[in-house]
Amino acid sequence: MNEIGMVLLIIGVAFDLLGCIGIVRLPDVYNRLQASTKSVTLGTWLILLGVFFISGGFTAMGIKALICIFFIVLASPTAAHALARGAHISGVKLWEKSVCDKYEEDKSK
Amino acid sequence: MKMSKFVLFVILFLLWLLLTWTFNYQDVTIGLILSLFIAILMGDIFTEHPGKFKDIKRYLWMIAYIPYFFWYCILANFDVAYRVLHPKMPIKPGIVKVKTNLKSDAGRTFLANSITLTPGTLSVDITDEGYLYVHWINVKTIDIEEASKEIVAKFEYFLKHIYE
Repeated sequence: MNEIGMVLLIIGVAFDLLGCIGIVRLPDVYNRLQASTKSVTLGTWLILLGVFFISGGFTAMGIKALICIFFIVLASPTAAHALARGAHISGVKLWEKSVCDKYEEDKSK
Repeated sequence: MKMSKFVLFVILFLLWLLLTWTFNYQDVTIGLILSLFIAILMGDIFTEHPGKFKDIKRYLWMIAYIPYFFWYCILANFDVAYRVLHPKMPIKPGIVKVKTNLKSDAGRTFLANSITLTPGTLSVDITDEGYLYVHWINVKTIDIEEASKEIVAKFEYFLKHIYE
C-alpha cells in the first residue's frame, strides 16, 4: 500500500512540475491556463490518490482524499473558465501568432 | 416534503457520512439535523428536475463515462507534456466557436468542464443558444460544424444520456 502511494505521489508531482514548466514557457495567458489546468488537475488527483493509499485505504482520511478528487474535477475547470473569460473581457490579447479569434469577432458585432 | 428537498437531503446526508466516517450515533444525529435544516432552507433552488435522480440508467451511463473521461484526461496531459517540452513548441492557438445540442444547464456545465480537461482545448464562454467559445492550442479547422465534430461530439453522446 505504502509503496503504491509513494509511486503515485512521485508521478503526481512530476505532472505538477510539467504544468509549472508550461506556465513559464508558453506565450500568452490562455495557453498558460491550458497547461496549468490539465497538468495540475491530473497531478493533484494522483497526489490525493497517493494519500488515499498511504493512509491505508478506506479510513477517514482516505475517504476525504477521494471526495477531494471529485470536488477538484468540478472546481478546477470552472476556475480556468472564469480566468479565461475574465481575461478576454478585460481585453487581454491573444498571442500574435494565433490563428483566429471568433470570440472577439462576435463580441464586436 | 417536496421531491427536490428530499434529493438534497439524501445527498447531504451521504456526504456527511462519508466525511465523518465513524458511524458514531452522535455524529449521525448531528448530520441528520443539519442536512434536514439545509434541505428545508435550500431545497427549492437545488434542482428543477428532481425526477431525473430516480432514473437508474443515468447512474450507469455516469459510471461508463468516468473511465472514458479519465482516459482523455491522461491523453491531454501527455499532449501538454509534448508541447511544453518540445524545443520548438508546436502550438497554433486560437479561439473557435462550436455548437452543442445539450439543453440542460447541468449537461452544459459538465460538457464545458470535460472540454477544459481534454487534449488541447479550454472553454472560454457559452451563449444561451448553445454556442461554446473554445480556446484550442492546435487549431485544425475554424469551421463550426467540423470543430464541433472534433471537440464536442465525443462527450455529447454520453452526457445526453446522463443529463437530458
